[in-house]
Amino acid sequence: MQLDARARVFGDNINTDYVIASTRKRDTLDGAVLKRYLLEAVDPAFAATVQPGDVLVAGRNFGCGSAMEVAATVILAAGIPAVLATTFARTFYRNAINNGLLPIECDTSSIVEGDRLSVAFDGERLEVSNPRTGETLTGRALPPIMLEILEAGGLVPYMREHRGFRL
Amino acid sequence: MKTISEKILSVKSGTDARAGDTVVCRADWILGTDASSPMAIDYFRQMGGDRVADPDRVLFAMDHYSPPSTAKTAAFHQEIRTFAGRHGTRLREVGDGISFQILSEELAAPGDLVIGADSHTVTCGALNLFATGVGSSDLAAAMLSGQTWLRVPESIKVALRGPRPKGVTAKDIALTLVAELGPEGASYQALEFDGDALPALTLDDRLVISNLAVEMDAKASIFPMDDATRRYLESHPDRPVSPVAADSGARYSRELTVDLSSVSPRVALPHSPENVVPIEQAAGTPIQMVFIGTCTGGRVPDFHEALAILEAGGGRLASGVQLVITPASRDVQVRLLEDGTLRKLAEMGAVITAAGCGACCGTSGAIPADGMNVLSTANRNFKARMGNATASIYLASPAACAAAALTGRITDPRAY
Repeated sequence: MQLDARARVFGDNINTDYVIASTRKRDTLDGAVLKRYLLEAVDPAFAATVQPGDVLVAGRNFGCGSAMEVAATVILAAGIPAVLATTFARTFYRNAINNGLLPIECDTSSIVEGDRLSVAFDGERLEVSNPRTGETLTGRALPPIMLEILEAGGLVPYMREHRGFRL
Repeated sequence: MKTISEKILSVKSGTDARAGDTVVCRADWILGTDASSPMAIDYFRQMGGDRVADPDRVLFAMDHYSPPSTAKTAAFHQEIRTFAGRHGTRLREVGDGISFQILSEELAAPGDLVIGADSHTVTCGALNLFATGVGSSDLAAAMLSGQTWLRVPESIKVALRGPRPKGVTAKDIALTLVAELGPEGASYQALEFDGDALPALTLDDRLVISNLAVEMDAKASIFPMDDATRRYLESHPDRPVSPVAADSGARYSRELTVDLSSVSPRVALPHSPENVVPIEQAAGTPIQMVFIGTCTGGRVPDFHEALAILEAGGGRLASGVQLVITPASRDVQVRLLEDGTLRKLAEMGAVITAAGCGACCGTSGAIPADGMNVLSTANRNFKARMGNATASIYLASPAACAAAALTGRITDPRAY
C-alpha cells in the first residue's frame, strides 16, 4: 500500500465521541451522512474541508472512550484511509483494523497541518516520510493476527473465509 | 505464577497463556447494546452468518435508547428484536437496564470471560472475571464463532489500603485512580485489585471502580473473590462459580497503592475524566442540571446516599436546578420503588426516567441547554457528550450530586 496524503492534525486524547457524537447516531448509521459531522466537537468547520485521501494525524490516545465502531467507519466514509497517532486506545485500534482503516502508531510530534506525507506499507514495514522535514517515521508493526485481518480486507472478509479466528 | 487475567484467559483459550501472547478464547457471555448491535447485525450478515454459534450466551440490551426518542432508534430496537427472535438469543427490553449491569445482577460469575460491544463492559470485572469491550464487528464475529481473539494483557496491581474515611465514596476512589494513572495509564493492560481495604468495598462499590478503569484505557479491571462477592452472587445462586486468585509470584507491569485514608470527595472538571480535583477546589461552581444514574452512579446504594443528603438538607431542590434520576436497571428501579426512595425523590421534584444509560451520552433523556453546567454521576464528561457542545459537564459521586441539587452549586457533601 502506498499513500500520498495531506496531514490533518489534531491533539491528544481525541475520543470517539469527538470523532462522531453519539447523538448523531440516533438518526442514521450511514457514513455518507455522518461524515458531515466528523470531529465536529473539536472543529465544527473540519468536515467540510476534508478531501478524499487526507489522513488524520493525532497525538496520544487517539480513539479513547466509547468502543463505538462508527468512529472508524465514519473516518473511512470521509475518504480518509489512515490515521497516524503517537498512541491509540485499544478498541479504536481494533475497530480500525477490522474495517480496513490503517492505524499507524508513530511519533507524530513533528507533523504539522497540511504536511504532504507518503505512507508505504508492505505488510512488514510501515513507513511515513515527510518531505518537509526530511524525516521518515516508522510505524509500530501490527501483531500477526491483525495483519492477517487487515490483509484480508477487514474482519468481514476474514470471517467469511475462516468462520472463526485462527492463530 | 500467573495473574488473574493470565489464568482466566488460559482456561478460556485452552493454552498456557502469558502476558503478551495472542489467544483465541471462547466467550462465556457476549453482550450487545442497542447502540452497537444494529451494526453488528449488519456485519454478521456480511460475514455470511446464518446462525449464532451459542445463542444462550448472547444477550442484547436496549439501554442507550431507553426509550427511543427517534423513529430510527425505534427501528434499531425492532431490528434487534427480530434478530434475537430468529436466532434464539437472550433479549432484554427497554427499561430493563444497562447490558453489563443486567449481566452482573443475574448471569455473570467469577472466572467468566465476558466481551461486550460497550466499552464499560469492564465493569463486570468486579465479580472476579475478565470482561472487556469490543466494537460491533468483533461482536458479530463472536456471535458467528462463539470466539474472540485477545492479546493477554500485562496486569497492573492496585492495592487499596487503609481505612476508608466517612463520606468517601467509590466514585471518589475511582476518580483518584483515574487522575493517578491518566487517560492511557492502563492501555493494553488489566487492573487487578488487592489490599486490606477490600472488605470495606461492597460489590456495588467495586462495580463503580471497575467501570472507570476504561477511562484509563484498561482492557479489564478485576477484583478478587471474597465474602462480598459470595453475598452478591446469592441473588441468583444458580451461577457456576470458579473463583480465580493471582499467584503470589505473578508478574505485574506496575504496582501501585491507593491509600483510602488520603482520598476525599473529588470532582472531574470539564472536559475530561482525569481532570480531577478535590471538591473544595470546584466548590461554588453554579449547577443547573444534576444527573444521578448510569453505570457509575445508578445502583441502589447510590440513590440511598443521595436521598439521605437531600433529606438532611431539607429536601428542597435549589431554584433552577433540574434533578434527573436514571436507575441502572429495572431491578434497581423496583427495589427503589419498594423502599419508597423513588417516591421521595419524585416528591422533591426529581425527573425519574426509565432504567438505562439515560442522559449520559445524549442518546436518551434530558439534554442540557446551551451553556448549562451539569453535575453528573456518569463516567465521561467529554465536550458534547450529553448532546450539547456548549454545556460543561462535571463528574462526582451521587452524594456530591445530591448536595449540589440542594444548593445549586458544587458543594462538599460532607457538610450534610
